[in-house]
Amino acid sequence: MAKVYGAVEVNPERCKGCDLCVVACPCDVLKLQPLEVNNRGYHYAYPDKADACIGCSSCAAVCPDGCITVYRYVDKG
Amino acid sequence: MTPEEIKQKGSIVAAKPRLLNDNHMHYCPGCSHGVVHRLIAEVIEEMQVEDNVIGVAPVGCAVFAYNYIDIDWIEAAHGRAPAVATGAKRLNPSRMVFTYQGDGDLAAIGTAETIHAANRGENITIIFINNGIYGMTGGQMAPTTLEGMKTSTTPYGRRADLNGYPLNITPLLAMLPGTCYVSRQSVHTAVAVRKAKAAIKKAFTSSLAGKGTSVIEIVSTCSSGWKMSPAKANEWMEKNMFGHYPPGDLKDTTND
Repeated sequence: MAKVYGAVEVNPERCKGCDLCVVACPCDVLKLQPLEVNNRGYHYAYPDKADACIGCSSCAAVCPDGCITVYRYVDKG
Repeated sequence: MTPEEIKQKGSIVAAKPRLLNDNHMHYCPGCSHGVVHRLIAEVIEEMQVEDNVIGVAPVGCAVFAYNYIDIDWIEAAHGRAPAVATGAKRLNPSRMVFTYQGDGDLAAIGTAETIHAANRGENITIIFINNGIYGMTGGQMAPTTLEGMKTSTTPYGRRADLNGYPLNITPLLAMLPGTCYVSRQSVHTAVAVRKAKAAIKKAFTSSLAGKGTSVIEIVSTCSSGWKMSPAKANEWMEKNMFGHYPPGDLKDTTND
């Protein structure tokens, strides 16, 4: 059966830590940095459970700052 | 499979559109403006009209929209975006002209311009961001503020006997014969974002085809003005705003 793999990449400098992608993710992949901040002082989002990503791009759809890139690979083998 | 392998082997399914440039947006975290900017950039990119499009920026939080989307922009005086767009479209009929306005701009100071542009059936698209508040100036009451909603000028909630009723302007515009596509959307979930994108695309296509005025209202949040977290503001919007501003198409005569 085909298996879907996804990977998510967040641009930390563009992210404002609004938490919307964290709420939108159905697989709890994303999380906000608990301590680290970017140059503007925001706790930016990062893929915490990167393996769980299915590449649905819900996070990128709701991201107000366009800082998320989603990759998807379908293994048909 | 590691994320690096997936990035190498797989394809990109979502990314920042090329037309949305690298300038850091001044909007507050979680602001709906950012999503709508991205959708507009994506739609223009998909339609391949970036050399042929003129946007009219409003006064309000989106006043700097011209800094973020790499297309031709005109900055209009407060509320006058539909009038400026009318001029731009009449002089350049082959161009796709759209305005981007907030509720204070469109439904308060610019009511006359909006209604008359729609009544004349100008072939422009009006993108209307409705968050029920004057976000830029500090969260004052707007015409679209809901009854009972607390703002900095109605600290005990809006009262209909004192402040009037919330102005639902999109159905008014749908009644006019000049409009061809009037739709109300939101951008609080991934599904809603995709629907909003389809609506914006349809509006742009019909105004380019000269079918009349298209109006897309986006029911939005203002987490700073509402004094909530972005996620909470989305929930509040769904619970309260959708009662008075239900999403959906109000008018569609594009196929007639």
